[in-house]
Amino acid sequence: MTDMTSEQVEQLTGVATQLRCDSLRLIHRRGAGHPGGALSAAEIMAVLYFDTLRIDPTKPDWEARDRFLLSKGHASAVLYSALARRGFFPLTELDNWGEVECRHQGHPDRLKTPGVDMTSGILGHGVAIGCGLALAARLKKQDYRTYVLIGDGESQGGIVWEGAMTAAKFKLDNLIVILDYNDVQLDGFVHDIMPLEPVADKWTAFGWQVIHCDGHDIRSIQQALAVAQSTKGKPILLIAKTIKGKGVSFMENNSYWHGNVPNDHQLSQALAELGQEVTDD
Amino acid sequence: MTEISMREGYAKALVELAEQNQKIVALDVDTAASTLSKFFAERHPDRFFNVGIAEPCMLDVAVGLALGGYIPFVNGFAALISLRALEQVRTNVCYAQTNVKIAASYAGLSDFKDGATHYAFTDLANMRALPNLTVIIPADATEAAAWVPIIAEHKGPVYLRISRAPALPVYQPGTRLKIGRGLVLREGSDVTLVATGAMTGRCLQAADQLDGQGVKARVLELHTLKPIDTDIILKAAEETGALVTAEEHSIIGGLGSAVAETLSEACPTPLARVGIPDHFCPTGRDLDKLMDACGLSINDIVKAANRSMRQKSRR
Repeated sequence: MTDMTSEQVEQLTGVATQLRCDSLRLIHRRGAGHPGGALSAAEIMAVLYFDTLRIDPTKPDWEARDRFLLSKGHASAVLYSALARRGFFPLTELDNWGEVECRHQGHPDRLKTPGVDMTSGILGHGVAIGCGLALAARLKKQDYRTYVLIGDGESQGGIVWEGAMTAAKFKLDNLIVILDYNDVQLDGFVHDIMPLEPVADKWTAFGWQVIHCDGHDIRSIQQALAVAQSTKGKPILLIAKTIKGKGVSFMENNSYWHGNVPNDHQLSQALAELGQEVTDD
Repeated sequence: MTEISMREGYAKALVELAEQNQKIVALDVDTAASTLSKFFAERHPDRFFNVGIAEPCMLDVAVGLALGGYIPFVNGFAALISLRALEQVRTNVCYAQTNVKIAASYAGLSDFKDGATHYAFTDLANMRALPNLTVIIPADATEAAAWVPIIAEHKGPVYLRISRAPALPVYQPGTRLKIGRGLVLREGSDVTLVATGAMTGRCLQAADQLDGQGVKARVLELHTLKPIDTDIILKAAEETGALVTAEEHSIIGGLGSAVAETLSEACPTPLARVGIPDHFCPTGRDLDKLMDACGLSINDIVKAANRSMRQKSRR
């Protein structure tokens, strides 16, 4: 595993910014969506979709592809942006996001959207479903990996830990779960609503290899994923420390922006802060 | 009874199918010795996954296996699968259309020693309301076994309702089973007894009793609750003019409701429902006696038939 060049880091940093701008425009246009958790996951999604994942946009059902489950399905905007920018469908198709006839649902739908490996949106299921995909890979003797992006809020639900026990029992080292640890959920801070700490100790005690990274540092994420890929004999959790609403000053660390939609003025300000020209769309 | 239990019939058939089809995998929730998926575990240990007492997790892991190209059969108690894991069944199985087969054992009152906590008497109501789900209720052990290869071949989610116990033998080996197609087990022109599951054998016996009164009762087996066989119901309504439904389930939401919906929209016809009344049933020492005590006796079916025919004669 070689480190990324500074050009690659710069390129992926640009992708992350692009995904943030796309996500905000999509949510603004539809008048619905979850901006905070989309922005917190932008670098993670950029590294996964533009570096790590073995995927082919021309063959979304390719059997040997790596699988990606967006367990925190509310962040659909950043997934749709990543899939579009990666070439699974044209970004312009998302102009109709939310329309009855659209291929893109509010939350990801595996039957409608090319590149979506599993329907999600109702929280907590990614880890346990990922166990099944990882077991299937083992049974078929295929070397694809299953990546799951979970939120900290959804980690308050029991099904996450049922899945965690299952992955450890079956020693699923082809399952890599990334925790987008932004510490903000709908009603406030995770540490107030229902604290997760000591979260690393919990996953370690459940039998997982735990790796820490800075969820807004491309190189840190990429290096953590490389360590994850070389781990043997146990499932892997990457704790990616992130900031909810990252990149937009008034959204950062503010639970209001979990599920609210920016108005025209707020969108312009957000895009300006992200360094993008404001357009009329 | 010399009949084998429905669970045994199912479990042995699954082992046999897995010999031929490498895509079959099975899961359980620490009930393998009860559902008898232990036969599968012993024969195909590499394709068997016990996730502990965690029905929601079992369903999600099965969803992942289905996404990976396998045909998972999940095994557990019907009451717990249909309640604890209903979110998984609705969203990750039915909405996402994953090819998961749900073998819901200990259905109805068949876990008679454990009582109300373990009775599955609302599962059909829960499952019947879900889009994309096929709901199958075998009448006896032989029929349960016969369904296994059929539902494995069927593309899409299936709920297969399995009793812990033997049932009165009904199924004639060789009878062709087709999803969504009910069976006429006995011809008759005065009243139709529409049965499902373990109540099917009881309906045949009720028909014998009615015959003694000079009443010719038709007996239909609706092994598929969803999609329901509308044609066979409406034909019976037109030709016999009075119906009875009989199910080992609450009178709310199951077969009786499904038949009532069908009739009232297309051909309003007198109907009497035999099922578990709207309350929790007690523990029993013996399943047959418990069923008798809970409104599911052969006599209850006969009385319902007479009620339905009286309504017909008043029309």
